[in-house]
Amino acid sequence: MAMSRTIHTDLIKDKLVDLIRETSFIAPPFIKECFARIRENESTDIARETMNILIENTEIAAAEQIPLCQDTGVAVVFIELGQSVRLEGDYIYDAVNSAVEEAYRKFYLRKSVVSDPLERKNTGTNTPAFIHLDIVPGETFRLDLMLKGGGSENMSALRMFRPTDSVDMIIDYIEDTVVKAGPNPCPPLFLGVGIGGTADTAMTNSKRALLRPAGTWHSNPFYSDLEKRIYERLNSSGVGPMGFGGAGTAGAVCIKEAPAHIASLPVALNLNCHSLRVAGCEL
Amino acid sequence: MEWKRIELPLNDEVIRGLRAGCMCMLYGKLLTARDKAHQRIAGMIARGEDLPFSLAGETIYYVGPTPPAPGRIIGAAGPTTSSRMDPFSGTMLGLGIKGMIGKGKRDLETKELIQKYKAVYFSSIGGAGAYLSMRITASRVIAFDDLATEAVYELEVSGFPVIVACDMYGGDIYEHQV
Repeated sequence: MAMSRTIHTDLIKDKLVDLIRETSFIAPPFIKECFARIRENESTDIARETMNILIENTEIAAAEQIPLCQDTGVAVVFIELGQSVRLEGDYIYDAVNSAVEEAYRKFYLRKSVVSDPLERKNTGTNTPAFIHLDIVPGETFRLDLMLKGGGSENMSALRMFRPTDSVDMIIDYIEDTVVKAGPNPCPPLFLGVGIGGTADTAMTNSKRALLRPAGTWHSNPFYSDLEKRIYERLNSSGVGPMGFGGAGTAGAVCIKEAPAHIASLPVALNLNCHSLRVAGCEL
Repeated sequence: MEWKRIELPLNDEVIRGLRAGCMCMLYGKLLTARDKAHQRIAGMIARGEDLPFSLAGETIYYVGPTPPAPGRIIGAAGPTTSSRMDPFSGTMLGLGIKGMIGKGKRDLETKELIQKYKAVYFSSIGGAGAYLSMRITASRVIAFDDLATEAVYELEVSGFPVIVACDMYGGDIYEHQV
């Protein structure tokens, strides 16, 4: 007998509204511990004071219910839909957009989406959301949310390496990109790195990489070693908190790799700001 | 290093005393403007129209706040990336602004204009939207209200932290690193 499970899209909508509220106002413990660790390692007044303000910012946001950042972002939504799940209710994309519209209105978040990239008229609802939907085996339903600000998104980068290029060249490229971006993406960064796939897969993976449980390294030792090398390199680059100079340039480095063409080695970078607004749940 | 108390509006004597890397707490009135307000100001000036407000002596804060929740003066209100306003530096400094507040690097032309007009560019703390909101004691839209979050607001700030990023002597905090 074929298994099946029914999920109503109202439940998906309610969960997404909750995730938007949570990520907009609450910095998770991992972020606060990371900020405290960076502050302890800084030797200049500007870097320490910058970290003090970022730490106090997380406290004020939670206590006063003021968004962590005025750029409350676009909603990037990742859905893993089990093949045996039957959805009931609205078209799922409509349910997601209706959650975004409701949450951005109800929680007084900024509406930062324009309907056309050249005409640039604000939709007034922060919709559409940017939705990545994957079909997975079984009956699971997983929802992950990333709120992404424009200043950090604008520093995104992609380079198509030669398959014969060395890992050291990739690390050099990553450091060079982060140093050139300097203050603009609001360091300390949470760097997502997509390696392999086609160009578009690599870019998406540079976001997916940051959905991993907070504070963990890659499960494959080869990639966790590479993450640590990149992390060390970035934190000796001198960019520092908000680019004012210092030791705290990266809070975490997360790689997501994918199979690639014999001719291709894409490396995509998501220079996520210190305000990492990511959360997920399973239904 | 201590935070230096700076009263707004800025004057030439105060600006002469500001060097890249100086930590300042601002007190007084600011005007806000970001991408679309700059574009509109530049368009009006190009057409020979009068602005509905004066920019002489003002300090401009690059910000697009979140809407205020009921009972609040303003929502989250941290700085946005300043380099997007670089193409308008000549127009704005020509209209008499003395200070700019945002985050991140400025282009070479803007840095030269800052020296020419004896002005100053401050970076505030990007992503500290909630913290900076609490340092704003009054807020009202004074122009371009159709631009919503991108309208021109007059803000009153008290203890608003900024770092001198580009000074009138050509100093640039972002050139000291790496």
